[in-house]
Amino acid sequence: MEDRKKIAEVKEDWLSTDYAKFVAKVPERKQPFMLDSGIEIDPLYTPADLDEDWSYLERLGFPGRYPFTRGVYPTMYRGRFWTMRQYAGFGTAEESNQRFKYLLEQGQTGLSVAFDLPTQLGYDSDHDLAIGEVGKVGVAIDSVEDMHVLFDGIPLDKVSTSMTINAPAAILLAMYIVVAEEKGIDRKVLRGTIQNDILKEYVARGTYIFPPRPSMRLIADTIMFCAEEVPKWNPISISGYHIRESGSTAVQEIAFTLGDAIEYVKTVIEKGMDVDKFAARLSFFFASHNNFFEEIAKFRAARRVWAKIMKEKFGAQNPKSMMLRFHTQTAGSTLTAQQPLNNIVRVAIQALAAVIGGTQSLHTNSYDEALSLPTEESVTVALRTQQIIAYESGVADVIDGIGGSYYVEKLTDEIEKRVWEYLDKIEKMGGMVPAIEEGYIQQEITDAAYQYYKAVAEGEKVVVGVNKFVDPNEDLTKFHLHRADPTVREKQIRKLKELRAKRDNQKVRKLLDELKKAAEDENTNLMPYIIEAVRARATLGEITDVLREVFGEYRPPVIF
Amino acid sequence: MADKVVRVLVGKPGLDGHDRAAKVMARALRDAGFEVIYTGIRQTPAQVAQTAVQEDVDVIVLNNLTGAHLEVFPLVVEELKKRGRDDIYVLATGVIPFEDVEPLKEKGIDEVFGPGTGPIHVINWIKEHVLGEKQGE
Repeated sequence: MEDRKKIAEVKEDWLSTDYAKFVAKVPERKQPFMLDSGIEIDPLYTPADLDEDWSYLERLGFPGRYPFTRGVYPTMYRGRFWTMRQYAGFGTAEESNQRFKYLLEQGQTGLSVAFDLPTQLGYDSDHDLAIGEVGKVGVAIDSVEDMHVLFDGIPLDKVSTSMTINAPAAILLAMYIVVAEEKGIDRKVLRGTIQNDILKEYVARGTYIFPPRPSMRLIADTIMFCAEEVPKWNPISISGYHIRESGSTAVQEIAFTLGDAIEYVKTVIEKGMDVDKFAARLSFFFASHNNFFEEIAKFRAARRVWAKIMKEKFGAQNPKSMMLRFHTQTAGSTLTAQQPLNNIVRVAIQALAAVIGGTQSLHTNSYDEALSLPTEESVTVALRTQQIIAYESGVADVIDGIGGSYYVEKLTDEIEKRVWEYLDKIEKMGGMVPAIEEGYIQQEITDAAYQYYKAVAEGEKVVVGVNKFVDPNEDLTKFHLHRADPTVREKQIRKLKELRAKRDNQKVRKLLDELKKAAEDENTNLMPYIIEAVRARATLGEITDVLREVFGEYRPPVIF
Repeated sequence: MADKVVRVLVGKPGLDGHDRAAKVMARALRDAGFEVIYTGIRQTPAQVAQTAVQEDVDVIVLNNLTGAHLEVFPLVVEELKKRGRDDIYVLATGVIPFEDVEPLKEKGIDEVFGPGTGPIHVINWIKEHVLGEKQGE
């Protein structure tokens, strides 16, 4: 390669002559060009723009090797594509089961369960607060009986199942284990993920139940239980997706997610488990947003920072403990109600960034999701988008095909630098829990969200079909909401009544009492107690109520 | 009326935890010169109405993204009636299909802002209906 200094000199010359003359004639569209993360974009990147001490072996290395910048596996998609995993669930367990089977028939390779809000908040469907919400944004699950219906006819020893469940994650995992065991499948072979990431619920997603401390304990219990009992399960999916969707920048998404991850690792280590015993099963979840290069660089930077954290901060020895494996979803907040077909293109670009960025699994949004739950047709287009990227585009045939792009390498470095700045600041505040309790994280996200809103409202940021290229004849009154069956709640209430009539209520009471005692002792792992309660047909609401009684409920500060 | 400071409550009734839009709304309303209170997420309709009465607001802006608006929003209006304050304007925002607009209005919602609208539309509505200012396009 030519001398760095020489390239820098020629670049200076080029900037002051050819480039400057051109700009004088035709001014650039923006001054300056900026990423939402606050990084200014130069017109052109060269080897001379990389840091002086930039070293290929140190910063990039090789796929499957520290620091994993180019990918976590040696062959990446040359061996096997990413898992195509569409998030689905609505109405009753029967209806969701049908959608799962449809998606598997279409070539989807993993399941992803959406639960309704009462389930996510630990209320049975007959609770007053569940009015209007049963079966709306996901499937209603009250007991292991519903879980049996949800996975009816699906081979749990063959598929991997991701469940978007947080505050009551331990209970839903227990249900999954019990369903498998009652079908004769050993828990040791189960593959899948529970989201189980409570910290981002406090700052972004909102489905917290208990205060941070007992919540962290529940998470540690599930991580430690899985390490021993369900070794192929990912007991947590540490999620930046919702942080980003709440309006954060790409840098904040990575910084706050890794900040949360550090907190989980610290908690489990403090409970006495060796880092290499559990860290390999920590998984992550990010958004893929509009800015193509920024997103790719973000994924690469995230891998590098996490590897360093695990190696240097936590002293991990096993390379698997340092590997940031992640699921990606295209950014729902970028979908527009206007001209919805345009969303297919947005999703394709975002999905491409995720694949080039090295994701392990991917959900592509459906084009109609700004308006309602997706139809079978729109969700098929979304899945086909992934299949086209996989089979037709050729990007999956080479590992990290964009590595070495001067721009992407520079961006990867810049994002990493800014992530470390946030992480240092959070550490000085005492970690993520105090940073959340003080409202710092929430304020940072809310500020970024408002900046984004203003940029669009003032036309500085163009959203095609919304503030430019608007179709004056478009009729937004045409859209219809996909309505969950309004009788779902009645059906669930009936099933609950039947369940309570036929189960051994004395046994349920006894097991719930035992769970309560176990919850009162911080050093007891709650998973075995929850599993036994679930097996005896205790409901989600009953189990959560016991924990509410012991742990209390979280009341957040209001920040906007 | 020129000196009147309009007080607005942004409310999130129901279990929906997605509050980016509600927070952006609250801040945009504040930047538009209104006094704004935000309830935070997961409020019961009674809690929203109670806060509105206590804070003596002129307008409540409700937001829900889960599809529970038909069940939950009218309950806020009922709770206001119980407290003798159905003079407070109630606006609905969120993922609300057109076919739900009339049913919501019949149940006492003053205006509905569905997909494709934003804070600016709500601001203009308040200026026109509460402050009596004519709004040009």
